Amino acid sequence: MTGWQMLFYKEVLRFWKVSFQTVGAPVLTAVLYLLIFGHVLQDHVKVYDRIDYISFLVPGLVMMSVLQNAFANSSSSLVQSKIMGSLVFQLLTPMSHRAWFLAYVGSSMVRGLVVGLGVFLVTLVFARPELAAPLWIIVFALLGAALLATLGIIAGLWADKFDQMAAFQNFIIVPMTFLSGVFYSISSLPPFWQAVSHLNPFFYMIDGFRYGFFGQSDASPWLSLGIVGTAWLCVSALALQLLRTGYKIRS
Amino acid sequence: MAPWPVAVQGCGRKPTRAEAVKSLSPMPAVSFQSVSKTYSTPRGPFHALSGVSLDIEEGEFFGLLGPNGAGKTTLISILAGLARASSGRVLVQGCDVQADFSQARRKLGVVPQELVFDPFFNVREALRFQSGYFGVKGNDDWIDELLHSLGLADKAQANMRQLSGGMKRRVLVAQALVHKPPIIVLDEPTAGVDVELRQTLWHFIAKLNKQGHTVLLTTHYLEEAEALCGRIAMLKNGRVVALDRTSELLRAASGNVLVFKTDSALPDALAAQARVTGRVVQLAANDAQDIERFLATLREAGVEVQDIEIRRADLEDVFLNVMAAAAAAEETAGASPQPLEHA
Repeated sequence: MTGWQMLFYKEVLRFWKVSFQTVGAPVLTAVLYLLIFGHVLQDHVKVYDRIDYISFLVPGLVMMSVLQNAFANSSSSLVQSKIMGSLVFQLLTPMSHRAWFLAYVGSSMVRGLVVGLGVFLVTLVFARPELAAPLWIIVFALLGAALLATLGIIAGLWADKFDQMAAFQNFIIVPMTFLSGVFYSISSLPPFWQAVSHLNPFFYMIDGFRYGFFGQSDASPWLSLGIVGTAWLCVSALALQLLRTGYKIRS
Repeated sequence: MAPWPVAVQGCGRKPTRAEAVKSLSPMPAVSFQSVSKTYSTPRGPFHALSGVSLDIEEGEFFGLLGPNGAGKTTLISILAGLARASSGRVLVQGCDVQADFSQARRKLGVVPQELVFDPFFNVREALRFQSGYFGVKGNDDWIDELLHSLGLADKAQANMRQLSGGMKRRVLVAQALVHKPPIIVLDEPTAGVDVELRQTLWHFIAKLNKQGHTVLLTTHYLEEAEALCGRIAMLKNGRVVALDRTSELLRAASGNVLVFKTDSALPDALAAQARVTGRVVQLAANDAQDIERFLATLREAGVEVQDIEIRRADLEDVFLNVMAAAAAAEETAGASPQPLEHA
């Protein structure tokens, strides 16, 4: 194995060894959302004409799980090994910043996608989703996971303490995911909030992903692809630069 | 444990003419060239290292000594790529630790000072990961050999959290050697380690050194440095204040030390120059007259003493002399003391 492959393997093994917490728990949370929101709002919210609310909710919850877990993996791994001091074992090696990037993004994508798949499989019990354009589902799942995994690297490098990490997650990642149309269609919002939602890159990830299921979405999937792809390239450039210069990890 | 080759290899790029000429003379294993490191702090810049220059030759057992905050760990961190020098450069067998970091790090096996570990994994996994990070494939035989040599064979499947401090220290040594580096760097490896493990560790490292490996050691245990290191550099406030062969440093402090125990207060004349540790008093003496004078002063003052002995000055005495001389030089020369030849 080359350096990045071993780091990738180690990072996958790290979350898999505690999969009850890193995979099982988020799947359960998403299913609880589905049961509670689905039950309460089933007769009150109408999104697209022909789609019932629970079916509408499933892709949103799957994507939310993918995004939050991809972020949690790289960010918590980095901040934990920084605080524990065990990051030194990687810092002493000849691995390049690209190797670090590939390994952390790759392993975090795996965790996000495994959790997303788990949520999807469990929700099959409650709803039979359509699969109108499966390729879009795959494209947005991969791209969304990659974007949040990369953001996780930036947050993990930046945070010096666990509470800083929690703040990043609770005040940025969670609100942006919740306000991106997981639980509702943007078209149901007043014009002002519709405009605000269009500034949220998370909206395009979930909207594009949902297009893959229903062949219907608030924005064109191509527009969503362009925005999410551009966001990932920008965030990747920043993450690579931080890793190259050893931001907060090499003094 | 079977030895591994320690041949000097280049940096994978064509040497410049100047480098080619220089390569006719033996290349040092590690070369610190005017290395400075300044940290910005809320109270202004802090100079952790100021123009440190020294070469460590192939196969040497080199000691880096100094009080806390002298810059030893900063210097090792710059060598290992954990920190960047503000100016100057460091070469490992001719490879710049910044420009050729990949090659330089392959040549180094670094045992960090802190007892760090990854709580998710067991000993064997930790060693396999470390091999993989260095791109070493199929390394299980060597890992088994390391586990055996360091007395870790029965702990291979134990989680890192379950190990005692001494065992964790052994794993750190194994992790540093997993890619068979020619140069081994140990940053205070025996801090907080029991006597038995200290002996095991030194036996192991001394054997590696005999096989041709270069060893760079920082330690607070001066008797260890005296016993193991062929050459020693002493740092104080980020500067080299002494650099010589251990035997020369000891010869420079060729005096004796009068050692005794007492429960009484020392007369003022002696208190100023005595080193007191609990009941034990040590007085540096250049000759027999000094010793006679000390004893006479004690007798006149009616101080009751026990267990009198005279021993030769050791590295601890040299160290204290050098530090005191460096402090005096700093006072007289302001912020830029001159390095001392030796004690």
